[in-house]
Amino acid sequence: MSEETSEEYGKPLPLMEGTAGEFYEHCKNHELRFQRCTGCGTWRHVPRNMCAQCGSWEWEWAKSSGRGELLTWTVVTFPMQPSFAEEVPYAVTIIELEEGPRIVSRIVDVEPQDLRMGMPVEVIFDAVTPEVTLPRFKHSGK
Amino acid sequence: MASLKDQICVVGIGETPFRRPKEPDGTNLTIQLQAIEAAIADAGLKNKDIDCILPIEGLAHAEEIAVNLGIDDLRFQATVRIAAAAPGSHIMTAGMAIHAGICNYAVIPVGWYGYSGNIRVRKVMKDNPLVFSGGPTARDYYYPHGINVPPQWFSFMARYHMEKYGTTREQLGAVAVAFRKHAQLNPHALMHDKPLTMEDYLSGRMISDPYNLYDCSLECDGAGALVVTTVERALDLKQKPIYLMGFGQGQPYPADDLSNRADILEMGVTHAAPRAFEMAGITHKDIDFAQIYDAFSFQVIEQIEEMGFCKRGEGGPFVEGGRIELGGELPVNTHGGLMSEGHVMGMNHIIEAVRQLRGDAGDHQVKDAEIGMSTGFGDFMDGSVVILRR
Ligand SMILES: [Zn+2]
Repeated sequence: MSEETSEEYGKPLPLMEGTAGEFYEHCKNHELRFQRCTGCGTWRHVPRNMCAQCGSWEWEWAKSSGRGELLTWTVVTFPMQPSFAEEVPYAVTIIELEEGPRIVSRIVDVEPQDLRMGMPVEVIFDAVTPEVTLPRFKHSGK
Repeated sequence: MASLKDQICVVGIGETPFRRPKEPDGTNLTIQLQAIEAAIADAGLKNKDIDCILPIEGLAHAEEIAVNLGIDDLRFQATVRIAAAAPGSHIMTAGMAIHAGICNYAVIPVGWYGYSGNIRVRKVMKDNPLVFSGGPTARDYYYPHGINVPPQWFSFMARYHMEKYGTTREQLGAVAVAFRKHAQLNPHALMHDKPLTMEDYLSGRMISDPYNLYDCSLECDGAGALVVTTVERALDLKQKPIYLMGFGQGQPYPADDLSNRADILEMGVTHAAPRAFEMAGITHKDIDFAQIYDAFSFQVIEQIEEMGFCKRGEGGPFVEGGRIELGGELPVNTHGGLMSEGHVMGMNHIIEAVRQLRGDAGDHQVKDAEIGMSTGFGDFMDGSVVILRR
C-alpha cells in the first residue's frame, strides 16, 4: 500500500471524472459503493445513466457490504503491459458482490494456484497514489 | 419483408500474403487496396463497377479507397462498429443495401500491418482505449488492476469453463494442434512448415493462464477483400457464385462490460447463430465445415457450444479425437485460422469458406463441401455469423 505520486506509479489509472471519479472518491473514503436504482432498488456496476430493469434515471450511491465471492480469474505471467512487469505472476479476478454487481479486481493474500471458484472474499482499499484508491479483496476469515 | 436467403452472392475474393516482417512496406490503406484489386479481378469486374464500400473501422475510409480505385459515383458506404465481427456484419449490410437496390457491387476489405505497423493490439489498447466499444469500462475498471489486453480478458471465460465443467489444457491444445495441422496443408499460412505437437503445445510459454503462446492468434501483416452482388449479376461473372444462405449479428449483454453478464459465457454468436440457422433453414448437421473466429483457443470451444453444435460444458470433449480436423465430423478452420494462418480479423475465414465451396482449397479441401459457415467476434465478444452454400 504505497502512496507514490501518479508519475512514479506509472501504471494505468482510471479517469477521475463523472461517475468513475465518484466511484473512486468513495473508495478513497474506504467505502465500496455502487449505483442502486431508487425506483426499483436494483444494484448495478459499471455506472450507467438509466436503470436497465425499470428505466428510471434516479439512483443513489449505495454502500456495499464489500463481501462477495470469486467467480473467475486469470494469472498474468507475461506482462503485455510493461508497467506490470515487476508484479508477474499475478492473478486478476472477477468478484461477485453479495448485492449482485461484479467487479474486476485482485485478491491480495492468496497465491494464484490457491484460488478457487466461490472463495469468499471481502473488500480492502489500496491507495496506489494520493488521488486514486483501488478496491481490492482479501480472503474472508483467513 | 422477403427473406434475403439465397439472394446475394460472394463473387470475388482477394488476399495479400500474410507476413511478419520487422518493418512495414506500406500502409493499412495500401495493403487493403492490394486485396481489393485482387478481389475485383477475381470477380472479373473493373474497379469502376464497384459502387459500395464497407471498410472496417479504423483502418481506412471508404473515401480514400474510392478515390484510389477511381470510383467517382459511390452509391453507399457503411462501417458497422463491431470490430473484428465486421466481415460478417458487412456482408449482411452489403446484402441489405444491394437487395434494396441502393447499390450493385459492394467491396468489403479488411487488412492491416498488424505485426510490423506499430498497431499491435497491446499498444493500441494502452494508447487509445477508446478505440473499442468497451474502452471506457476497461480504462476505468479493468486496466488499473493489470488486465489490459484480449488474451487476459478472454482467459477469464476459459478459466470459468475449466473450473465449472472440467475442461482441460489438453482440450484447449486440441484446438491449437488441429489448426496447426491444417496450416501444414496451406502454403499461405504463417505456420506452414512449422508443425505443433501436443507436447510442444503443453510446454508453450504462458501468457495469461490458462492461455499460453499457442492458445493465441498470430498478429500479422495482411489483408483480404470480398466482392458481393445479386444472384442475377453473379451468374454473368467469372466465378461460380457462392450464395449467402443466412446471416446473423448479435451482442452479449451488456456488450461493453464482460464481467457483469448474467451468463459469463454469453457471446454475440449466442444470439447471431440461431438467427443465421433460421434464415438459412438448415440445422447443424447440414454444415460441412465451420471457420470459427479463433482469437484464442477456448473461444473456439465456447462458440461451438454457444452455436449449439454441442451442449454447454461438452465443448472440451467435442474438440478432441480429430472431430474438428479435416476428415472429422466438423472440420474447423481448414486454412489454419487466426492461430496458424494469420490474424486478418476473420476476413480470411470467409475467404476460406468461399474457396472451400468453390472447390478450390487444394490440399485442405473438405470433400464435396456444399454448405459452410464463418463466425466473427470483436470488442468484448460482439458476434457475426454467415452461412454460405455453393
Ligand atoms: Zn430500476
